[in-house]
Amino acid sequence: MVSDTTVPPRKQGYRVLIARLLSEPAFTVIGLLVVYTLAVTAAVPGFLGAGTLSAIFISLLPLLIAVIGQSFVMIVAGIDLSVTATMGLTSVIAGSVMTANGGYLADSALAVPVGIFCFLFFGALVGLFNGLCVAFIRMPPFIVTLATMMFVSGAAVLYSSWHTTSVSIGGLPSGFTRIGYGTIGPIAFALILTVLVVVAADFGLRRTTWGRWLFAIGNNPTAALISGVPVRAVQVSAYTLCGTCAGLSAMIYSARLETGTPVLSQNLLLDIIGSAVIGGVSLFGGRGSVLAAFLGVLLLTVIDKGMQFIGLTLFVVLSVKGAIILLAAVLDALRLRYAEGKS
Amino acid sequence: MDAKAVPLFECSGINKSFSGTQVLFDVGFAIKAGEFLGVIGENGSGKSTTMNIIGGILRPDSGEMRLNGDAYVPTQPNDAMEAGIGFIHQELNIFGNMSVADNMMIGRYPRRWEKLPFINHRAKRLATAEALKRVGLDVSPDAPCWSLAPGERQLLEIAKVVSQNPRMIIFDEPTTSLTEPECRRLFEVIADLQAQGIGIVYISHVLSDVQRLSDRIVVLRDGHAVKSTATRDLTRDGIVEAMVGRPVSQLYPDVPPLGERRPVIEVQGLTQPRVLKDVSFSIAAGEVLGVAGLMGSGRSELARILFGLDPHDGTGTISYEGAPFDPSPRDCVSKRMAFLTEDRRHEGLLLTQSLTTNLELVHLSGAGSGAHVPVDRKQQVSNAEDVAHRLRIKARDLVRLPAKSLSGGNQQKVVLGKWLVDAPRLFILDEPTRGIDVGAKEEIYRVIAELAGQGLAVMLISSELEELAGLSHRIMVMSRGMNVGVFERQDGGFDRAAIMARATAADVEAA
Repeated sequence: MVSDTTVPPRKQGYRVLIARLLSEPAFTVIGLLVVYTLAVTAAVPGFLGAGTLSAIFISLLPLLIAVIGQSFVMIVAGIDLSVTATMGLTSVIAGSVMTANGGYLADSALAVPVGIFCFLFFGALVGLFNGLCVAFIRMPPFIVTLATMMFVSGAAVLYSSWHTTSVSIGGLPSGFTRIGYGTIGPIAFALILTVLVVVAADFGLRRTTWGRWLFAIGNNPTAALISGVPVRAVQVSAYTLCGTCAGLSAMIYSARLETGTPVLSQNLLLDIIGSAVIGGVSLFGGRGSVLAAFLGVLLLTVIDKGMQFIGLTLFVVLSVKGAIILLAAVLDALRLRYAEGKS
Repeated sequence: MDAKAVPLFECSGINKSFSGTQVLFDVGFAIKAGEFLGVIGENGSGKSTTMNIIGGILRPDSGEMRLNGDAYVPTQPNDAMEAGIGFIHQELNIFGNMSVADNMMIGRYPRRWEKLPFINHRAKRLATAEALKRVGLDVSPDAPCWSLAPGERQLLEIAKVVSQNPRMIIFDEPTTSLTEPECRRLFEVIADLQAQGIGIVYISHVLSDVQRLSDRIVVLRDGHAVKSTATRDLTRDGIVEAMVGRPVSQLYPDVPPLGERRPVIEVQGLTQPRVLKDVSFSIAAGEVLGVAGLMGSGRSELARILFGLDPHDGTGTISYEGAPFDPSPRDCVSKRMAFLTEDRRHEGLLLTQSLTTNLELVHLSGAGSGAHVPVDRKQQVSNAEDVAHRLRIKARDLVRLPAKSLSGGNQQKVVLGKWLVDAPRLFILDEPTRGIDVGAKEEIYRVIAELAGQGLAVMLISSELEELAGLSHRIMVMSRGMNVGVFERQDGGFDRAAIMARATAADVEAA
């Protein structure tokens, strides 16, 4: 206490192990992934086949994009509950533009580009609104985005009801639906898109000043402000990017479903936030990476598909996923305790 | 006062270690009924640890404590209160959302019926009113606590302790958030408690208070009780020397000579309603301007306005390097203004992040740096190494070790260091040595003098007049949001009595 060279207190035995495991959630996730895959394969030998795994991989891509967006927000110690609602809204707006059944730009060459623009633009718009409320009015992110979620999902249903008598907008042009499962050469188009997002996000987070600012704000917003970080602008940027990612994700989902629908991703919210937490993006801010988002999405998707493969009912799958997300949140809280030395 | 042979409270041979580091060595002292015992020492000298042991918050590794001759072994804070030892913590434990009476009686509400959990609100109010009267606090038991002034909160806390009939009360830095009249009120209450035979243990950094009020003084240094003497046998220099462990004149480096006067910042008639009133001053390159004043005199508020952290919508102008300037933190950083705030943990550091991350933060927000700019990690690490070397930051690993693992002194050097990466032109230092040990203090003093020698303008805010006198070229005294006088260094020193008198004068007039 008196001497100047303070050495961190040495932890012993199992505490070291716990601390290590906690500080690197990636190890835990990879370990669980291997154990789980082997267990499912033991029960149903076909699971480890190349066909199943690549199907799983292709299916998780849009989820990964949404989780990356969510991670930006979580790193600045926020949360965005409105992402799935945003996805529904962008889906019906873009659908109403592109659909052959009386769309604004039906059969026009501009339909697909404008449709894609709608996904990104309206996604960003909702994110921007969330960000402005959080950064400038200083509202708690939970309340802002919860309210936005309700408003936007209601608006999405209302909007689609103006354009169609059924719930969803069908008749999307094939140029658009190709985004879902189409390929460029041997490579899935959705994969290329996702890789671009992953590379850009990873570069942004780890290599740019903006990335450092995100982490600094999530860790200590006051210290960041005094150090000259444009705190508000960076917060707004995180929410806006989260909304944009949601729009991008909705684009792939809509293309796969070949419809624009307000209930596009109704049950995905917990998957999105849960994946991020499982991978190690902290609910308390200041921690996270694209790798974490990826590992979280991978584990959650593999577990989901694995249980479906075994033939378990949806309710069992839901409970197990819930349990895993809960466990991850507990680990996250423990990690904070160890990191802050409050154990 | 020395009526009884058995002291009211006595402890001896107290040892305490935290994770292998011993922080208390054979500490012992005694206090008689009605006695005022001052406990002083640098931060980290073991004062708080000792008091936390007496208060039952920590347990000693060895040693014994006696209360009226009986063994006293508290295992939790409640044991201390039940034995008759009250503890007024520096951080007040007041619930602002509840009433005065609720704060007073929480944990021991009177019940309407013995066995049933219904609060007897009448009894609660009566007991509260009674306790408030004992400390002369004139507020309603029903008043919400957020409406109390800091001094009233302090008295409420005392009333809470007094109502439980203590034999001894420990005060930990009770005056830090009080105004001058509030302090005098507090001292009256304490004198009254003494007269009732209650022993007072009083921890404070304000040596003049301790010297004036105490019967005896215990000085702690590096976990040893190095002195326990009747106050009348001690001189001020003697006390300081006992605290620091060497004569004080060596603590401060030579003040670098001032060349031609080139103002870096000029403030004209700065006024912010209820905060500042017509403040004017300037700081030249290479000059250290000390800012003295009591708590609440507007010193920190001035600094926060200059850095754009608090709004300035009143009148007055700020000009920086010859151009008018409307500050915002981001502008300030890009114009090479630096600000070390008084709250290192909450406003200075990213505690769980590495030193490199902490040290690069200002640089990454500095002139010409935008969000898209890629971070050159090698450059950041080498910048961090440079600064760590310059400031002698003692850390084994700049890249992986989190800032919280450092001692207070080294943490403060990290906050200082993050501003030095980009060679600032004006450095505002608000209480730069609060809560750090003497060794680190001396090094920070050396850095301040060195930076001034290189032409940096420094605004040094401190509650320790000694520190200001040791480092400044001029000292501006603030009181009630006003600049009430500027003192020049003469014959290598300042007239400290005059400065102190000026700082307290306005308050006395107003009271």
